[in-house]
Amino acid sequence: MRTLFKLSWVEIKLFLREPITVIFTLALPIIFLFVMGGVFGNTTDADDSGMIVFRGVGPLDYYIPAYFALVMMAIGTVALPVHLAGYRERGILRRLRASSISVWSVLGSQIIVSCIIAVVGSLLILALGILVYSPNLPQSPELLIPAFIVGLLCFTALGFFLGAVLPSTRSAQGLGLILFFVMMILGGAGPPPEVLTGAMDIVGKITPLRHVILMLQDPSLGFGWNQDASLIVAGITVVLIILAYRFFRWE
Amino acid sequence: MSSIVSVKNLRKTYGNTVAVDDISFEVAEGEIFGFLGPNGAGKTTTVECLQALRVPDSGTISVLGLNPQVQAQELRLLIGSQLQESALPDRIRVWEALDLFSSVTPDALDWRVLLEQWDLAGKRKASFSSLSGGQRQRLFIALALVNNPKVVFLDEMTTGLDPAARRVAWDLIRTVREKGTTVVLVTHFMDEAENLCDRVAIVDRGKIVADDSPQGLITQYAGEVRVIFTTDETDISWLDKVDGVNKVAVSGPRVEVTGSGPVLALVAAALVEHGIVPADLRVEQPTLEDVFLKLTGHGAGD
Repeated sequence: MRTLFKLSWVEIKLFLREPITVIFTLALPIIFLFVMGGVFGNTTDADDSGMIVFRGVGPLDYYIPAYFALVMMAIGTVALPVHLAGYRERGILRRLRASSISVWSVLGSQIIVSCIIAVVGSLLILALGILVYSPNLPQSPELLIPAFIVGLLCFTALGFFLGAVLPSTRSAQGLGLILFFVMMILGGAGPPPEVLTGAMDIVGKITPLRHVILMLQDPSLGFGWNQDASLIVAGITVVLIILAYRFFRWE
Repeated sequence: MSSIVSVKNLRKTYGNTVAVDDISFEVAEGEIFGFLGPNGAGKTTTVECLQALRVPDSGTISVLGLNPQVQAQELRLLIGSQLQESALPDRIRVWEALDLFSSVTPDALDWRVLLEQWDLAGKRKASFSSLSGGQRQRLFIALALVNNPKVVFLDEMTTGLDPAARRVAWDLIRTVREKGTTVVLVTHFMDEAENLCDRVAIVDRGKIVADDSPQGLITQYAGEVRVIFTTDETDISWLDKVDGVNKVAVSGPRVEVTGSGPVLALVAAALVEHGIVPADLRVEQPTLEDVFLKLTGHGAGD
């Protein structure tokens, strides 16, 4: 346990010393928040054709929980895989293992750090969103918190899986960024999902992000617990954990 | 003294390459045991199997009475490892690494002392990426020792160290041994094996070709001493009759006498007796390098 906490503390410091990761996971979602807020404001209205977008709520009410998911996705598609693949590629995992630092300490510390980053990132988005755009406050925090935990587990598992199978920092960066932007655009954190038609909608619906967003939005907007989305996310998480466990290599 | 490491018929292949080919040996408690051999001889693979970092194809291994394949985690707590290929995160600081690695066991040494001993006190707050090759190497040795291991495995520990730092490292490793830690060393430096090891196993192409104390190996495989001098005297046929002399080779004024035992003193006395007092009389003792060449037919760098 002592090693787990020491390693987590070291990892937090390492995260803060890596400016690119800090920008990508914490600053980028905030930039998107201000871009979308600047474009759409927070006024609920149908567009010219009478089509209902943003699930019928204010754009910022829609985007704030979606960006909680975006922070998690930045961790799961880029930060974690790059970190783990780099650790393996450079022999850091090997070094830790030889000194009897267990796989549970290594992965546990990453879960702890990911949690802290996700919570801090989401609170920043919420606070800045409230300050600038005065959206509605999250309606059911008691449901939002468990949804947040399930979503975070899902993306952490994705990060472990990608970090387990991708051989190098470069491949992790390349694939991670593609996944991040495709999921962001089509998964519901970019244009409102209602405007995505045909293939774009189908691809959007198979991204984990779409379901994590729905799972977070529903309690936030006062729609209650989204059982379908949460079951899908939980299922994806279980599969990813099994795959990550199956493919994890120390070197 | 009892065996702390015991290996029987160890074999490890990578595809069609046989890295370790039926190696057996024992390391006694409190010993400095060295694996000497060229790159690719199978030294690193062997010690990595002992450290539970690789799984052998066949053979039995016991380290501190534990089987690395079954009791890996338990074993790693009791041993120290300095690996040939490993790294730390770029931005971790020296003290953070030592503090982290000492947290694995309550028996850990005070890392501040190691920091002083391995001349890293001035680099305490430096990040890993800013360290020079030698500083990194010393940090890795310190990390291998910080959990106060019963056996420490050092793989090419003085690579990247300057000559002065190598001497210091050797002294520190002797101190570690005096405190009761068994040392298993992998090296391709002849002088390191000769200076530091109680016992040396010469490894070539996946096999141990000889295993003895450095002096024992020299006596057994390269026992001949050479005494060399120059003289203008042409009639030196009496040199053949001096005790211990096996061969006299003359080329111009240069004379090379090959022999065994106290041949230097006997030759020197005979020379003085015959009125020859060469100013350049010198002796070449055989070294591990000669043993190595004789046993493997090639140098350690090949």
